[in-house]
Amino acid sequence: MTASPGRAPIPVATSHRPGQDPVLDIRDLSVVYRTPGGDVRAVDKVNLSLAPGEVVGLAGESGSGKSTLVYGATRLLRAPALVTSGSVTYAGRRVTKPVDLLRLRADELQRLRWREIAIVFQSAMNALNPVLNVRDQLIDVIHAHLRMPRDEARERAGSLLDLVGIPRSRLRSYPHELSGGMRQRVMIAMALATDPEVVIMDEPTTALDVVVQRDILAQIVELKEQLGFSIVFITHDLSLLLELADRIAVMYAGQLLEIGTAAEIHREPSHPYTKGLLNSFPSLRGPRRDLAGIPGSPPDLRDPPPGCPFLPRCAYGTSACEEVDMQLLQVATSKDPEHVTACPFVLPDTPAPPPRADRQEIAGQKIAGEPT
Amino acid sequence: MTEQATTLTSAAAARGELAMEAIAVSKDFKIGRGQIVHAVRDVSFNLYRGAVVALVGESGSGKSTAARLLAGQERLTSGTIKLDGKPVEVRHHDDFRRYKSQVQYVFQDPFASLNPVHTVRYHLERPLKLHHGKGANTDTEVATLMEQVRLTPAQQFLVKYPHELSGGQRQRVSFARALAARPTVLLADEPVSMLDVSIRLEMLALLDDLRQRFSLAMLYITHDIASARYFADEVLVMYAGEIVERGPAEEITQQPAHPYTQLLVASAPDPDNLGSTLRRGVNGTRPQGPQQIRTPEQMATTGCPFSSRCPLAEDRCRQEDPALEPITATRAAACWRLDAAAPELVPGLPGSVRTTEN
Repeated sequence: MTASPGRAPIPVATSHRPGQDPVLDIRDLSVVYRTPGGDVRAVDKVNLSLAPGEVVGLAGESGSGKSTLVYGATRLLRAPALVTSGSVTYAGRRVTKPVDLLRLRADELQRLRWREIAIVFQSAMNALNPVLNVRDQLIDVIHAHLRMPRDEARERAGSLLDLVGIPRSRLRSYPHELSGGMRQRVMIAMALATDPEVVIMDEPTTALDVVVQRDILAQIVELKEQLGFSIVFITHDLSLLLELADRIAVMYAGQLLEIGTAAEIHREPSHPYTKGLLNSFPSLRGPRRDLAGIPGSPPDLRDPPPGCPFLPRCAYGTSACEEVDMQLLQVATSKDPEHVTACPFVLPDTPAPPPRADRQEIAGQKIAGEPT
Repeated sequence: MTEQATTLTSAAAARGELAMEAIAVSKDFKIGRGQIVHAVRDVSFNLYRGAVVALVGESGSGKSTAARLLAGQERLTSGTIKLDGKPVEVRHHDDFRRYKSQVQYVFQDPFASLNPVHTVRYHLERPLKLHHGKGANTDTEVATLMEQVRLTPAQQFLVKYPHELSGGQRQRVSFARALAARPTVLLADEPVSMLDVSIRLEMLALLDDLRQRFSLAMLYITHDIASARYFADEVLVMYAGEIVERGPAEEITQQPAHPYTQLLVASAPDPDNLGSTLRRGVNGTRPQGPQQIRTPEQMATTGCPFSSRCPLAEDRCRQEDPALEPITATRAAACWRLDAAAPELVPGLPGSVRTTEN
């Protein structure tokens, strides 16, 4: 596999802001799901880092492994999921020296969880306990992870609601008495209860409508500036990440296909999948464009195709793609060494893909009958 | 309301014949303790063959209730629904079935709307048998349906159960099931919002293809106003059970007149807006007024329903509910402050002429 001329020969595996050590550094992480039909390679040798105060967006469609990646990294998965390789180095301000989350003893991990790395789960309705009111749930978190007298914990529960813009009168409310947006705010308040360094947000606004979504995102950004935590933001909505994130990692079939700053990804998306995702959104502003979406569906990860996993759906694919080694290398036309892509062939200025009929031929696979 | 319906032409009317009319339709729900939720209030619109009308609004705005009323799933509190010019009267089981063969519904969640214990074939054969009797050649018809929604090879998919299909494939089965009745009207309630971003467009393109091929009158319910821009002829914006603005899709999205529509448009993620309000952080201004969280009590019962959140609201807005007034031949908005909200649109507004005369 020869790289095109002018490409940086050194793999830029993890990228973070220069001059800053990452607070979370995921290296070479692989996660499989053990099934009777063979291992499903849900996350395949992924490198990703998070700098202090940074918002990293993790984008990809359902089943791309984005949740498995962060749950694997934080050891929240249980059998049949199995972390088969890698390290996850955490270096927050409160820990004396960097630790590898994957090698911590259970009690050490327990001290780190929530205190240092908190998670806002996807479905606020299911993640809150329906038979406890908001205050009891907040106090429960505070007691489990911080030593604090009961009065102080109560006061903290109140101030946490202030933080996310919910009136204190709602402390006595049960989850079903809150609107979807309020529930999600309570989830965010719970995540922030222990003043964590890293907050992982797994599709926190997906079920909400746009006005509420925007409100909550603005609040998250405000809190981040105020409290100084870092965010891993998981979503399938790439257009949202372009506005919200500092850097974006695009995930597909368990692998990262492209990493770059939001500006770079917007200005010159390199990987055909990223291009496809960007072209999947009807835009509200500007002239009406022809939108294509991405025909087909992701590959079966029990038996992934050789080379690039996106090949069967790729408009630019050639036989050389079957041998590509999926290294993240600097985009040849980009001045930013942090902008890396797994596709050595397609450059940002490569012309638009041919019409759909040709695509199927090039890819050498039928698209009409989507494999399940 | 009826008066302005004569002066306002639907942007969808040019596409084809009138198929369905909702005339001053309202629906109240009793929620106990003598309280009533006005889920849909005095809503009028038309559906035309071969045209898409989008109903846009946030959760709880009444858009799904409106669709359920059209589908005959809920009884009207007041108003009339006409199908092919005749008022719909469902007195008997058979009436309902006849109605259903013309008006079909596609649900949001393809995981919940298919029966997990039946195969794809069963889901398609049943409506064929129900609506078209025993004489029909179901095998060919089922195969044709599968082809129409591009689930091919049909034989491979017909024997599958819902859990063996991807979300997109399930939604295709839902479309095929709706088509099996050979409807003239298709009510699609957030048909793509549960699907992955990468296949949403494909599914909308499929719906568009079906609309064209069968000249379907389609109601497209969504909270994604950007998709309405691409997919619909006319957009109706609903808020708290009322239509607050309506007009041609492109005009509504590019030049929204009502403050609520403006808020909706401003809230949609904008990839071209790097470093937007979102990223300004502490010093950034919130994109909307001070009212962040609404409680039911704050939903005004008198006056304009949006007045509690509206940055332009004045006393009149809190006291009187504005009616939907035409702005142009195809556009209308319900707002007292249109002069301030959309100054570039208002000169032609009869209301503003009246005020200047006074």
